Amino acid sequence: MLSIWKRGLLSNVSVIIDFLIGFFILVGSLFCLIATIGVIRLPDVYTRNHAASKAATLGVMSILLGTFLYFYALEGHFNSRLILGIIFLFMTSPISGHLINRAAYNSGVKLWDKSVRDDLKEYNKKIMKKSSVD
Amino acid sequence: MAFQILLNVVLAFLWMFIKVSYDPISFIKGYIFGLVIIFVLRRSFGSRFYLFRLWSFIKLIFIFIKELILSNIAIVKVVLKPKLDMRPAIFAMDTELTRDWQITLLSSLITLTPGTLVIDVSEDNRTLFIHAMNIGEVEDEINSIKNSFEKAILEVSS
Repeated sequence: MLSIWKRGLLSNVSVIIDFLIGFFILVGSLFCLIATIGVIRLPDVYTRNHAASKAATLGVMSILLGTFLYFYALEGHFNSRLILGIIFLFMTSPISGHLINRAAYNSGVKLWDKSVRDDLKEYNKKIMKKSSVD
Repeated sequence: MAFQILLNVVLAFLWMFIKVSYDPISFIKGYIFGLVIIFVLRRSFGSRFYLFRLWSFIKLIFIFIKELILSNIAIVKVVLKPKLDMRPAIFAMDTELTRDWQITLLSSLITLTPGTLVIDVSEDNRTLFIHAMNIGEVEDEINSIKNSFEKAILEVSS
């Protein structure tokens, strides 16, 4: 009796884990796809960077998480490198997005026409005595 | 905080030496007893009891993950909308944070939040310049950043 109940519970758990693995990998690849569409569709460097630096981060992170779960649950292999990869991605990708944006701004890439305001330009003019490179 | 953790480890080793048993279980026991001792003597340290700080750090990580997911949903909405009618802008935000690591953490958090990306930090480290994907009211944006992240970071470092 107990063993039947146990088997039922275990199979439930493994179904849940299968579902989770599939969910993470599908959602991750969906986010990557949407990031790519965003990079193609959006009008200027800065908005493209939004799509690339956020959606791709979460996408790759959830794909890695799905891979980790797959190997841990089905093969019994705890791969700590995947966890480290998630942490490193989490730490570095916002910084790289920031650096690309900053380099673009400082080399004079213009904002989209419909941009509303630009405080940094005023700041550069007033305080840094630096006219923006046009 | 580092001093309190070190003291706790030393107390755990002391417990192991007193019990003359050198296994992980007695280390954990000693660590828990040391935690109780440090909690009782918490007023004699310069900083807060370190578990509180650890707890606020864990809270910060959860805020981070929540905002990351929300920001991705926002991006998906903007990208898949048939008409591109967002209003990008660069706005300035003054920050109360002073130390370098706090500002780095805040700008990483802002970069991963819905529709905002840090472009530049001013020379005196007092102002962040943020590019927003779809700006509503600047004041609202600033207030929401301040209330969630800046408060959490201040809580961690106080």
